[in-house]
Amino acid sequence: MNTPVHGPAKLWRLTAIAAGLLAAGCAFAYTAGWIGGPKLSPQRIIDTFEAQAGHHPGYRKNHAKGLCVTGYFESSGLAAPLSSARVFEQARVPVIGRFAIGGANPATPDTGVPVRSMALQFATDDGQLWRTGMNNPPVLAIGTPEAFYQQVLAMTPDPATGKADPARMQAFFAEHPESAAFRQWAASYKPSDSFASTQYHSINAFRLIDRQGKEQPVRWQVEPQTPYSALPAQVSDTLFLQHDLAQRLSQGPLRWTLRLVLAEPGDPLEDPSKPWPAQRRSIDAGTLVINAVDAPEQGACRDLNFDPLILPTGIQATADPILAARSAAYSESFNRRSRESLNTGVRP
Amino acid sequence: MKPAAFHPFARLLHWLMAVLILAMLFIGVGMVSDLSTRHPLLVELHKATGLLLLLLVLVRIAVRLTVPHPPLPADLPALQRLAAKASHIALYGLMLSMPLLGWAMLSAGGYPRPLQLPAIAPHDLQLYALLRGAHSWAGYLLFATVLVHLGAALMHAWVRRDAVFKSMWPGPLRDSK
Repeated sequence: MNTPVHGPAKLWRLTAIAAGLLAAGCAFAYTAGWIGGPKLSPQRIIDTFEAQAGHHPGYRKNHAKGLCVTGYFESSGLAAPLSSARVFEQARVPVIGRFAIGGANPATPDTGVPVRSMALQFATDDGQLWRTGMNNPPVLAIGTPEAFYQQVLAMTPDPATGKADPARMQAFFAEHPESAAFRQWAASYKPSDSFASTQYHSINAFRLIDRQGKEQPVRWQVEPQTPYSALPAQVSDTLFLQHDLAQRLSQGPLRWTLRLVLAEPGDPLEDPSKPWPAQRRSIDAGTLVINAVDAPEQGACRDLNFDPLILPTGIQATADPILAARSAAYSESFNRRSRESLNTGVRP
Repeated sequence: MKPAAFHPFARLLHWLMAVLILAMLFIGVGMVSDLSTRHPLLVELHKATGLLLLLLVLVRIAVRLTVPHPPLPADLPALQRLAAKASHIALYGLMLSMPLLGWAMLSAGGYPRPLQLPAIAPHDLQLYALLRGAHSWAGYLLFATVLVHLGAALMHAWVRRDAVFKSMWPGPLRDSK
């Protein structure tokens, strides 16, 4: 029965077993990114944000400064033929939202950066969730996570001025001709005086799936029903946009139209740096009504990760690499700030 | 009378879960440091497989408790006997807790869950942090325990050359002994 091996044979076999276990351990460490060459990871992107803007425990690692709002979405029903998502037919869908400004420093003045964002969660009565994070520029300057990382590096603040080095930004744009549409937007951008009169874009393309399983690629945008008014040249209030929004909401609800822009064959679906032709057909999917500030930074939006891949049945992702990278990086940001909340208490 | 080998169904469960658990550990640790287009696919696969493994471990615990299994070799030293018992308790505990921690952490983080499963923890950022950390550390511990288990199994097969490895052999057993 038992014939244990002894002597050199035993030594060889023990060595073989140890080598096998070591190899398995190394494979695991390599997969985890603990060993091996540096690669672009969500951790590295967030580390770079923090290296540039400072460590701000509890805050989102990008679009750090914002405020929570609540409201609802009134579906027009017009998008229901294109998507089986309940959000496009339910009369009134509760919404939790967040307005923010771009950047990883929560102390930035509201009007100090051009990028504004609106994040939304729609919770429909079938128990499904749809989260979307939208920006005011309709496109990004880049179309891949690697180029995004290069852009972040190019925007590293110069210690002398506290601002990005213009020469470095120029060099980045020269190396990235795909940034043309974004630069055009930036050059013509005239900031409004309110989150309420700002238009927000999905950035990435998604696919609507109808009841027969037919796909329609779309981008969406949230168009303000509040008339445009230019931002004053001089603004001293660092919370200008937050105060403005609270003031407007104290007067009554604010409205936006959720517009789905329908792609046509050949439109780029996986490159958020490429705009679609302006004459694309679109559908008014309904009206977003925001009616209250839900405690700045401390409302229901605080504990949500507005991962753009949290989609209901009837809306699917495209293979856009930025979409996947956003999802991965948002998750890392959420994990870090939740860990930080253990030490600092729950407050951003 | 104790059998010489594990019941074929127990062996099927063991090897099926062995493959799935190893895949899960690598997917889990790989997906969080990956931001390519593989990331969302791996996350979906991780959640679906986690749910499957939760169902499998429940069946497996029931099988372990009800179907007779072979004893450890009579000549096994007491310390190794203790190590065998402890590592098996750890393996079962971790196999059960990993998917439950995953489910609970999605609940606490306010994330949707596969098949719209109900939340099993309140939506709470600090609780999420604890559960998310526990899910990682239980995963590392499970991987380490799997390596110890594998090393011990190979010691039985190649060094002690007793009946332990054969009792869990994935194929049909030709020898009656």
